[in-house]
Amino acid sequence: MTTSTVQTATAKEPRTKAKPPDSDRTRSENSLGRKLVAPAIVLMLLVTAFPMLRALYLSLFDYSLTDPGERSFVGLQNYATALSDSLFWRDTANTVMIMVVTVAIELVIGFAFAMVMHRVIFARGVIRTSILIPYGIITVVSGFAWQFAFSNDNGFVNGWLPFISDNFDWFGEYGSSMIAIMVSEIWKTTPFMSLLLLAGLAQVSEDMIEAAKVDGATWFQRLFKVILPNMRAAIMVAVLFRALDAYRIFDNIFVMTAGANGTESISFLTYRQVIEQFQLGIGSALSVLLFLSVLVVAYLIVKIFRVDLASARQEG
Amino acid sequence: MKQKIGLGVGLAAILVWCLLPVAWIISLSFKSQQAVSNGSEGFLPQSGGGAGWQNYADVVGDDQFRRAILNSIGISLIATLLSVVIATLAAYAIARLEFKGKKFVLTTALVIAMFPVVSLVGPLFDMWRTIGIYDTWLGLIIPYMSFTLPLAIWTLSAFFREIPWEMEQAAQVDGATSWQAFRKVIVPLAAPGVFTAAILTFFFAWNDFVFGISLTSTESARPIPAALSFFVGPDPFSRPASLLAAGAVVATIPIVIIVLLFQRKIVAGLTSGAVKG
Repeated sequence: MTTSTVQTATAKEPRTKAKPPDSDRTRSENSLGRKLVAPAIVLMLLVTAFPMLRALYLSLFDYSLTDPGERSFVGLQNYATALSDSLFWRDTANTVMIMVVTVAIELVIGFAFAMVMHRVIFARGVIRTSILIPYGIITVVSGFAWQFAFSNDNGFVNGWLPFISDNFDWFGEYGSSMIAIMVSEIWKTTPFMSLLLLAGLAQVSEDMIEAAKVDGATWFQRLFKVILPNMRAAIMVAVLFRALDAYRIFDNIFVMTAGANGTESISFLTYRQVIEQFQLGIGSALSVLLFLSVLVVAYLIVKIFRVDLASARQEG
Repeated sequence: MKQKIGLGVGLAAILVWCLLPVAWIISLSFKSQQAVSNGSEGFLPQSGGGAGWQNYADVVGDDQFRRAILNSIGISLIATLLSVVIATLAAYAIARLEFKGKKFVLTTALVIAMFPVVSLVGPLFDMWRTIGIYDTWLGLIIPYMSFTLPLAIWTLSAFFREIPWEMEQAAQVDGATSWQAFRKVIVPLAAPGVFTAAILTFFFAWNDFVFGISLTSTESARPIPAALSFFVGPDPFSRPASLLAAGAVVATIPIVIIVLLFQRKIVAGLTSGAVKG
């Protein structure tokens, strides 16, 4: 007869927002919910929060793995060293430039792709698959492909571009190296951008566009007054995710130039200090600074564009 | 008519832009190493400069490379499996239960998705060496799990919200506990979403480079992207471009097969995870 009591107990409880504060059901849901999310939370914090706190601690020491016995407390000295070094600022400038340029270009190309995907009636599968392929390709591989493409003795880019001399060495100087890095980055990550934009585009009601058309709005007016404002949330989410991703650029630079000609990014600098030079003290200070700068970038984007992630997910 | 031409041009542009570099690296992988080191401009292998399948044979015959493929497959599969199981539990709670701390889980996941991975390299390098999992499979599986959990949780909870809630309630009315309702009713319904999350997780683990190069030092755990970047071949002074290209193609094949087979699911997963449509 236990089943019947359970039956009445649960059946009586309507799932409405105004729930009684201390019912058994609420309490058991609370505890089950916590148990179910616990492993995920523990794992996520174990590998991020804990090491980050450790980095914060280590950054206060003069600590090098080549000479671990000589660990000594230096306070904020490492931060002062990093912040007063022109290398740090040069790499930050590189990173910001890569972020701004690639995100801006990807937004335009990605939107064009999304429009085509949205409108096209035939060969949908083929188009979608080809757009997804760059996303699936390992960043390292994309870096190699573009490095060889730009290479002056094996590549095809010099031969194909009429205004470039056949012997031009793309990786011989700063500007052209950065262009090559950004092309690879844009190629690899535009698919992600265009998929997010496609999802937003699908939310814009066709009726509204049609109504604007009937009222005599031109193509440009429809795009800027109807379509874009209605997919604002999707655009903001796409920009936020891609910008933070671009700020962490590492693989492409590692493979294509290894930081030559001043093309290093801030991630690359941090990596080099820790893994190649075993400078855990200053490396940890750089880790903390990198983390803080990502927070600042995220904060600025959220504030400037007023991204509301909750409403984008209809969590409201 | 004008619009149709525009669409056609757009389509052609998309196809060329997306597939050209892929075609290029495949073409490069068929050039002979000699032709490449002498400098062979042009897109396709020229007459006499082709290598047939030689580069592929060399790559597959290379012990380091074979080992790296094995590492990548093993590590990515284990990380995917564990991560998806844990994310499924969490996403179920987020989508279906009312509990305090839900916002905290979603926010944590979001923050971690944006975390600058490189800033963990230092402390993890130090910690892993101290506890002795540096340069092991486990040393890579743990960070991969943590960093794929956010995407998996967001994707799965979006999927789970679409599942008809009445089914679970009906099971509970019939006497099932919350846990039984989860296992017997929701899991089968959620399987497609879980599968999508698994594909995306696998992508992340397979693509990772930062952890791959910094938390390994030998071939015992080095995954394929790291192995490719360290691959020097017989002559350390000139990088064997065509051999690398062959290696890159081999490393890419599993992913391309997955993309071809499951493109619909991948699109659904990527878009529902970020913006709910």
